[in-house]
Amino acid sequence: MSTGAPLARRISTYLYRRPALALGLLLTPPLAWLGLVYLGSLVALLVQSFFSLDGFTGQVVRRFTFATYGDLFTRANVDIILRTAGMAAAVTVAAAVAAFPLAYYMARYASPRMKAALFLAVLLPLWSSYLVRVYSWKLILAKEGILNWTVTRLRLEGVLEWLLTLPGIGGPSLSVSLLGMFIVFLYVWLPYMILPVEAALERVPESLIEASGDLGARPADTFRRVILPLAFPGVVAGSIFTFALTLGDFIVPYALGNSAFFIGQAVLAHQGTAGNIPLAAAFTVVPTVIMAFYLVAAKRAGAFDAL
Amino acid sequence: MHRTIGLVASVVALVLMVPSAGTILGQGQMMQAIGAGEGALWIIAWAGYIERGETDKNYDWVTTFEKQTGCKVRVKTAATSDEMVALMNEGGFDVVTASGDASNRLISGGRVQEVNLSLVPSYNTVDERLRNAPWHTVGGKHYGVPYQWGPNVLMYNTKVFKTPPKSWGVVFREQRLPDGKSNKGRVQAYDGPIYVADAALYLAYHKPALGIKDPYALDRKQFNAALDVLRQQRKIVHRYWHDAFIQIDDFTNEGVAASSSWPFQVNLLKAKKFPVASTIPVEGATGWADTTMVHVSAPHPNCSYQWLEHSVSPKLQGDLAAWFGSVPAVPAACNGNKLLGSDGCDVNGLKNFSRIRYWKTPVANCGGGRECVPYHEWVTNYIAVIGGR
Repeated sequence: MSTGAPLARRISTYLYRRPALALGLLLTPPLAWLGLVYLGSLVALLVQSFFSLDGFTGQVVRRFTFATYGDLFTRANVDIILRTAGMAAAVTVAAAVAAFPLAYYMARYASPRMKAALFLAVLLPLWSSYLVRVYSWKLILAKEGILNWTVTRLRLEGVLEWLLTLPGIGGPSLSVSLLGMFIVFLYVWLPYMILPVEAALERVPESLIEASGDLGARPADTFRRVILPLAFPGVVAGSIFTFALTLGDFIVPYALGNSAFFIGQAVLAHQGTAGNIPLAAAFTVVPTVIMAFYLVAAKRAGAFDAL
Repeated sequence: MHRTIGLVASVVALVLMVPSAGTILGQGQMMQAIGAGEGALWIIAWAGYIERGETDKNYDWVTTFEKQTGCKVRVKTAATSDEMVALMNEGGFDVVTASGDASNRLISGGRVQEVNLSLVPSYNTVDERLRNAPWHTVGGKHYGVPYQWGPNVLMYNTKVFKTPPKSWGVVFREQRLPDGKSNKGRVQAYDGPIYVADAALYLAYHKPALGIKDPYALDRKQFNAALDVLRQQRKIVHRYWHDAFIQIDDFTNEGVAASSSWPFQVNLLKAKKFPVASTIPVEGATGWADTTMVHVSAPHPNCSYQWLEHSVSPKLQGDLAAWFGSVPAVPAACNGNKLLGSDGCDVNGLKNFSRIRYWKTPVANCGGGRECVPYHEWVTNYIAVIGGR
């Protein structure tokens, strides 16, 4: 200690006199992490997508080609991309609609105790395993599951059957239809929408709402022209979570739905099982590009202003 | 980057092989003698194929092998044939239990080595009909030792079908099942491109004009006809199954009435007293026949050969058949195995050998001057069919 302390002091004095060096030393590890590990793997991915696969032996041909992107834009694969993006959009809109009333109540009306209880209730599902929740939903939505049983008891089976005959979203039972998959996606990602919307609503000043009322606006007008515009960045921030998470998920479409592929499954199938790393890489580039555009649009909408 | 890793891997592999000098192999050369074991064996296998008593202590064919040979076994399980080929392409493994839709790809890709049968003395106990099967013997050279085989059976709910369904039509064509309700939304199909062959087999029987002789060698016209059958099937399919346990759940909770399946699921559901049975309809059935193959640059070739010999011992073969619901490659294993029981082989399909068309990889050059649809087109087209195209 007796020799260590002066040395430490000398180092600290040395760095204090050279703030640029101190800053450099502090920033190098995280920047190296971002640059090498994160961007490096993205670049490796991008490079892989310009290789191609020998169809029979299953070995990757390391020669520059656009053939893999040609494969990506066949009709079946475009279907997969549209299906995934469509589901992500639907889940995002539904999550925003479902989250807003609860977030509004939490931000404006709930007593502190009630608010804490609601926060806990929103976060509680995140404490248990995601896989367990998805598989329990498979049982809930099964043809002989509890939901169907309840619906039958309420004599509403006609409504459920009508829903399941709808083209596109229907199917033999809820657990093998896109509708069932949508319900589960909505359930698993809803907390990620509630929290940012609640935070945004809390920042809307009470005085503005009172002023709006004083100036003769009806509640609906106040909501539409004052509260919604001010809270919208929160909705956009939440939508980034719900949209991106749905776009990349492969567990829910594996356990539920009608077996039609989603992007995450296609990546898994091509990379993990077919050994077609180039096509898997090309598939991964798609959500990356979609999210890049989405984030630019979100920035325009002011989603990051509060950061 | 991958090349560097490959280089490092092969250097490591070479270093590991030095103690057993004299058995170092060049690409494609056959082993001439078995030296001392290297102390380790790395296997790629189907789940449930290599058991060491961890799930059920009665099912253990690894511990004794490890004691006798000193080769410590490490298993990497794979879920599909494509995954097995991908893992073998990556390298670093010794042996693989490859099905026929993987084995020929491994042979022509140069991933597996020729097996010297004189070093596997028990090879002459293997079922004669499997000894020279085309999925492991190419140009008179043997590239593996048969492990197990089994049919893709038609599993059905016995409450819906009082008598076994006679045709695969119950899962391919929309129709009224014996309980008076339509089969729409109550049947399943296998979620693998090789399932196109099941549709082709169905057509071979019902549309002889197409001239389908081999469901794995389809020309463009035959292939398109099979795809049409599958597109019709898409409209009535409940879900495409890939996970045996999800299928078991679907038969239990989703009211699925019939599906192509493996004896594995049938045995498990029967054990749960669920009303199912299985049959092989008039059209015959597809099936799998698996082969243990050795990687061309296996890090532990001596242990690999010791495993090849062990893999066809009657005890292992019988226990495994009981565990997996498959049929042993060694007929002697059917007699006197406690776990399998006296009729175990027949229950799992032994008598149906000649009615089964075994999985093999579809190739473009399918002989006789015909041009066939290659496997990667089976993959893309089947994904499209499942997606509703």
